Amino acid sequence: MSRDSALVSADWAEKNLGAAGIVFVEVDEDTTAYDAAHIPGAVKLDWKRDLQDPVRRDFVNKAQFEALLSSRGIANDDQIVLYGGNNNWFAAYAYWYFKLYGHGDVKLLDGGRKKWELDNRPLVADPVSRPTTTYQAKDQDLSLRAFRDEVVGAIGSKNLVDVRSPDEYAGRLLAPAHLPQEQAQRGGHIPTALSVPWSKAANEDGTFKSDDELRQLYGDAGLDGSKPTIAYCRIGERSSHTWFVLQELLGHSDVKNYDGSWTEYGSLVGVPVVLGDEPGSA
Amino acid sequence: MTTTDSLGCGAPEQGAPLPASVDLEKETVITGVVRADDGDPVAGAYVRLLDATGEFTAEVVTSPAGQFRFFAAPGTWTLRALSRSGNGDTEITADRGVNEVALSVTA
Repeated sequence: MSRDSALVSADWAEKNLGAAGIVFVEVDEDTTAYDAAHIPGAVKLDWKRDLQDPVRRDFVNKAQFEALLSSRGIANDDQIVLYGGNNNWFAAYAYWYFKLYGHGDVKLLDGGRKKWELDNRPLVADPVSRPTTTYQAKDQDLSLRAFRDEVVGAIGSKNLVDVRSPDEYAGRLLAPAHLPQEQAQRGGHIPTALSVPWSKAANEDGTFKSDDELRQLYGDAGLDGSKPTIAYCRIGERSSHTWFVLQELLGHSDVKNYDGSWTEYGSLVGVPVVLGDEPGSA
Repeated sequence: MTTTDSLGCGAPEQGAPLPASVDLEKETVITGVVRADDGDPVAGAYVRLLDATGEFTAEVVTSPAGQFRFFAAPGTWTLRALSRSGNGDTEITADRGVNEVALSVTA
């Protein structure tokens, strides 16, 4: 994978609005932004309602994902262009999720909704409906998804990358600073995890930094490219952003996203936790 | 009520009142309004909270009345706003409780 195959620019996107075979999809946790205004022709996915099982903590299953995409009018051979708010966190999560269920042609809109808005590009409130399709998903590609036992086993052997803010990594905050801080889980990070906040991979307008800057970022942090890597954050969406950078932009192999992330790990009984700014030892 | 939802990481509505569950004895709330040169509030501005080292910590989008709000920790923070009306930043030393800050943008 590379930048050319995984990412499209806002200029490219604006030129390709309405093109046959290309479906723009806005993905957010709070879809009121989409409802107020969205990229012309874009359909919406609600991160929580559409992509999370309503009862268990897990994703919707293959049949549910097929029903969801069919209802949105997305076909197997469509090119999907994902974008969203929060610096594309949930769009990157959806990108990873589409890959998990085997969609062929998926791209992320560089800069997401923020750059699109700051550039004064067109946004409309018109409802969008596309003819229903019969979408067929593949079984989950678990080479992209890490579960808790693999994460515990990776301590001291694989690269663990904690992409939360430095204060969350150290245990001084339990959640991003736009959210209240009362949480059940313990603060801190997984022993040996490197701290590389997702935000270091992005410019302030939400676009990704250059490949050279990204290579230097993870090289300076001590990421060993010869080892498998697991990225995590709090709930798995910021780490999707980093998964995208490592696997899709820089072409690393064997990169997994741990969607359980800190809300799972920080609540596990008996696992090791490190406080403070240093990775700690296995 | 999205504000206290512990599952999501998305930024909650910025104009809503503080949820009753927020304990101001414990929380360090940094809040204010983004204004343009002419003093008008700027809706839809992107406000970034940077820590004492300048590292990104959080980002929210201002409400129709230009409001933003963060739940941080005591210490020194930088607020930076990006908008179609221009950009701007300011520094604040925050304590527990509600910390009000003015943030203006210029083209």
